[in-house]
Amino acid sequence: MDLATLRDVTFTYAYAEVPALDGVTLQLQRGQLYGVVGINGSGKSTLCSLLRGLIPHFHQGTLEGKVEILGKDLGEWDAAELSRTIGCVFDNPFTQISGIKDTVFEEIAFGLENLGISRSEMFARVTSVGEQMGITALLRKNPNELSGGQRQKVAFASIIAMDSEVLVIDEPTSQLDPQSSQAVFEIIADLKARGKSIVLVEHKMDLMAQFADRLVVMRSGQVIAEGLTAQVLASPAMDAADVPRPEVTDLAFALEAAGKGLGSIPVTRREAEAAIAARMRGSRVHADRIA
Amino acid sequence: MPIALHDVHYAYPDGTPAVQGVDLTLERGERLAIVGQNGAGKTTTVKLMNGLLRPTRGTVTVDGLSTATRTTAQVARQVGYVFQNPDDQVFAGDVEAELTLMPRYLRWDAARTAERVARAVELTGIGRYVGSNPNDLPFPVKKFVAIAAILVGTCDYVILDEPTAGLDRPGTRQLATMLDRLQDDGIAVVTITHDMRFVADAFPRVVAMADGTVIADGSAADVFADDDVLIRSQLQRLEVAQLARNLNLTDRATRIADVLPLIP
Repeated sequence: MDLATLRDVTFTYAYAEVPALDGVTLQLQRGQLYGVVGINGSGKSTLCSLLRGLIPHFHQGTLEGKVEILGKDLGEWDAAELSRTIGCVFDNPFTQISGIKDTVFEEIAFGLENLGISRSEMFARVTSVGEQMGITALLRKNPNELSGGQRQKVAFASIIAMDSEVLVIDEPTSQLDPQSSQAVFEIIADLKARGKSIVLVEHKMDLMAQFADRLVVMRSGQVIAEGLTAQVLASPAMDAADVPRPEVTDLAFALEAAGKGLGSIPVTRREAEAAIAARMRGSRVHADRIA
Repeated sequence: MPIALHDVHYAYPDGTPAVQGVDLTLERGERLAIVGQNGAGKTTTVKLMNGLLRPTRGTVTVDGLSTATRTTAQVARQVGYVFQNPDDQVFAGDVEAELTLMPRYLRWDAARTAERVARAVELTGIGRYVGSNPNDLPFPVKKFVAIAAILVGTCDYVILDEPTAGLDRPGTRQLATMLDRLQDDGIAVVTITHDMRFVADAFPRVVAMADGTVIADGSAADVFADDDVLIRSQLQRLEVAQLARNLNLTDRATRIADVLPLIP
């Protein structure tokens, strides 16, 4: 059973003139980390809303085509059951944090209360995600006192505490420094290793290259590429979608254009370093022979 | 005339020192990026520049006048501060109302208001959203609304707190174009950012901070070349800079073009 199957899906928000999703056909497998990339307004967040059932249950509009989530037609899912199955982290933590809890601890426990989890289990889970996210010192604070980056971590913690099978994550690191961004990606990779299915929207391509199994590239409400991360990053779809490639991939293309192609297109720095180091050894050997 | 910080110290009311002896001068039309980890004193430093905070020791002058002798509102008209999160700043019901907030407060005449608003809208590329409710706009557009609102009322210096956070490539390009045009107009821009690509591409001068002090003041290449500075400020090199370093090509790469000729 797939995580999601979309067949010729078009969605137009109420009062909008153009569809936010325009004829999307997409098959997402379980147990994978999908990266979704595209410029603002390309349909990434709408795709997330659809996977989470916010469309059609919350956002008004016209939905055409067929959507199946975990083998069941989207229309047949009970909204509450779907939201327990699919955890969702919004791009703006200010939208996500409830604003009705006095401490970060209670905020993270809020979702769990609604799942009917025992107090001891709740305590253990909140403590554990607090440690994972490095926010133990914040647990007693009021969520309204936190900085943007701290709120983003709390929003993320409250979703991973719910331990849902599928996670739809919209730009989790937009307000975080490089160390925290790396830490968030490592947590996401760890969740995937524990069998979760993850759909992740993110602009930081170096991290996407390192962690995503597959990439979905969107433009004007359409999916213009879907495939293995390394293949998609090296494909013309990235330029077509106006999405940056990892720096080392750009370097590899620049080398190719200069007639010094590496023979492969690396997407991570480690791969690029290995390929260039091999080239440098080769050219030294060559120089020695000439000498 | 510059913004000048002389031996500036600042401690929060509970006694926690945030800035400890900063000397820094920013000329009109200059572009400066302040980098460093969270808690290094970056935000406190820029808040001292626009009078949101006043030094507990030392002096901050804007065009020769000490911020200590003027109200925050007076200083802020010269030195605009765009918050990292537009939700902290934008609150009017539509974009036009947000942009005319300062002109209405300052009782500008209609012609002056229209001219300043038109310029800010054009610089930030938000023309098609002027009639919208800011809360209906995507995050990056809302960010440009926040920038535009400050540009309407500010003349000489603009502080941008994490301007590229959450921006896509078209948004980053818009920002870069805006910076060029502000510089043409002689407006200085200070940014606080974790985005080293943005720093290397758009800011000739970089100040690295750690523990409330300035530990480096130079170009992006200077900062990336200095291991001690990187460790103390917990900065990461750009991927291409780190690659060049690991392969012993150069210590000073910030762009692909710096590395390309060095690879056989």
